[in-house]
Amino acid sequence: MNWSYVVDLLRISLHAMVPITLTAVGEIIGETAGLFNIGLEGILLIGAFVGALGAKAGGPVVGLLVGMGAGMAIGLVFSIISAYWKGTQMIAGIGINLFALGFVAFGLIKLGAPGFHAVPAEAQLLKLRTPMGALSPLILVALVVPFLAYWFLKRTRAGLILKAVGENPEAADVAGINVNLTRLLATTFGGALAGLAGAYMSVAWFGSVTKELSAGRGFIALATVVFSGLNPLLALVGGFIFGFFQSLATWIKTLPTKTIPWQFVDMLPYIVTLLVVSGVVGRVRFPKALGVPYKRE
Amino acid sequence: MTTTDVRPRGRWVRGVRRTLTGLHPALESVLAAVVGLLVGAVLMYIWGYDPWRAYWALLRGAFGGDYEIASSIARGVPLIFTALTFSICVRAGMFNIGAEGQMYIGAAAAVCVAYFQLPAGLHLLVGILFAAVAGAVWSLGPALLKLTRGVSEVISTIMFNWISRFLVFYLVAFVLVDPRQAQRTVRIPVSARFPILVQGTDLSYAVFMAVAFSLLVYVVLWHTAVGYEVRAAGLTPTAARYGGISIKRTMLLSFALGGVAAGLAGAATTMGLPPTYAIISGLPELMNLGFDGMAVAMVGRNHPIGILFAALFFGGLNAGGRVMQFYGSNPVPLEMVRVVMGAIVLAMAIPELIRLFPALAEAGRGLARTIARRKPATEEGA
Repeated sequence: MNWSYVVDLLRISLHAMVPITLTAVGEIIGETAGLFNIGLEGILLIGAFVGALGAKAGGPVVGLLVGMGAGMAIGLVFSIISAYWKGTQMIAGIGINLFALGFVAFGLIKLGAPGFHAVPAEAQLLKLRTPMGALSPLILVALVVPFLAYWFLKRTRAGLILKAVGENPEAADVAGINVNLTRLLATTFGGALAGLAGAYMSVAWFGSVTKELSAGRGFIALATVVFSGLNPLLALVGGFIFGFFQSLATWIKTLPTKTIPWQFVDMLPYIVTLLVVSGVVGRVRFPKALGVPYKRE
Repeated sequence: MTTTDVRPRGRWVRGVRRTLTGLHPALESVLAAVVGLLVGAVLMYIWGYDPWRAYWALLRGAFGGDYEIASSIARGVPLIFTALTFSICVRAGMFNIGAEGQMYIGAAAAVCVAYFQLPAGLHLLVGILFAAVAGAVWSLGPALLKLTRGVSEVISTIMFNWISRFLVFYLVAFVLVDPRQAQRTVRIPVSARFPILVQGTDLSYAVFMAVAFSLLVYVVLWHTAVGYEVRAAGLTPTAARYGGISIKRTMLLSFALGGVAAGLAGAATTMGLPPTYAIISGLPELMNLGFDGMAVAMVGRNHPIGILFAALFFGGLNAGGRVMQFYGSNPVPLEMVRVVMGAIVLAMAIPELIRLFPALAEAGRGLARTIARRKPATEEGA
């Protein structure tokens, strides 16, 4: 076996890990506080789209920030609906996904070519030259964020408050914690990370936007959250596993020998996700008040 | 003012309020639709379109004449089925977002009837049966994963959607492919097609299958013991379990019935929607019918009869959107319709949407009162 193949595979895996890990860590923060957001897929798509627009207007860093801002805005809408208005979180999430599907397809048509929009090379985030080849600096971010989130959740007072709100909102309320505000902040932060992940895909990784750019990554991130049992460090591991199998699919397709039809190769990440998730659930414990709006008696 | 002056008016207001409470769910759906259309209008305005002209074109394209109404109904038919998939599972306490994939599989199964000959009516029935069974079998994957391993159906159904998508891509490209035209499958023979109901339009007899299936679901869920168990398990699983209901059975049943519905959506599209009667590579005719169905289900309040009306509305949006995208000098792309759908679903997620308006009005009135109260105070102070 040729070593350059292995290095290639590892490099693509690291790139594929970034959006899944970032999105999953954001969702872990939100779920710890008790809100279950299945609109991640939509946030990724919209983040990628507006991130590309931002990058074209003001450079790659602006693009990433714009994507993050869009994610924050959607997270905010989601949390107002589900925390303050006691809405059904599943339905709100489905609404976000449908909206994003239409919004991005619509925006791409508006930009000219339906279904595809390339981010100009000068608007893309520069990659770092390393012995492994060109690596996006956001890989570093994705490697650091889970540790910060772990420290935040396990070692700070704010992390404990978050946990209290997710486990027992009544008790948290009695202790003088603003339950709804805490949930709003957590989900908005989660949205921001998902938005950043989306913008990363268009501005720093693929260099283009398509209406199927997210390709189920939002739901794979949800699977990663299940896999991690709300531990951000395991989300890093899970993100790498799922990223690896996505890359493996891409990599197999570039091999000169085409023994398996590409359609079956493309199924691989989704099948692996199913296998991994069905292997871990049962031993994972989620916050007691997850998905339940808090109503004061 | 004395109380006697107020009473007759008060009684009248109470009567109106009581009637409104009865119509409450329907009103909320209408309100959500209005909110969604408004969001769409604002976005169109921001993007430099004329929302008024666009909606006018959409309305005329949807309900402007017999042909338009017929095509709106035709576009609504598959949505009735995919909406039922979602609703049945919601009634059983689950979020099955797998209608999309189950529908692909159903469509592929329906195309298989092209490989054998049968008398006209029987051929059609066999196709319907193929699609229904295929959809149900495909839905068992997520159902069994949930029952045996506790995998959330939200994750597993989406993964199954992607797997079925690539599976059907493969079938279209290599197995069911038309040897003469590589970009689509073999065509379903005339003997296995739904006859056209209104000549010159897309509307076929598939609409009767949709209405009949909705009624069937209604009867099963609300007028049989099994349906009672399914709804009881959905409302309060613990109480239902104490009452001796097997949650596993109700889950499996609702998933399977939902799968049948999704499979039929595939059949209704491939066998009942002219002109291709085949699956085109890239699945343009099928793509997103499953997701749009969820919007239909919510606006139809997860009730089989409500879904019929909601499907007509969304079918109208789709049919009208196809007219809108060619209307005027600056036509609005069809995708705007899905933006509106998403906004409608978001609005549907807000419980007591109607209450929000009195609440906002009350807040406004409160603000006005404080301002009014503060004014004299400042005058006194001055």
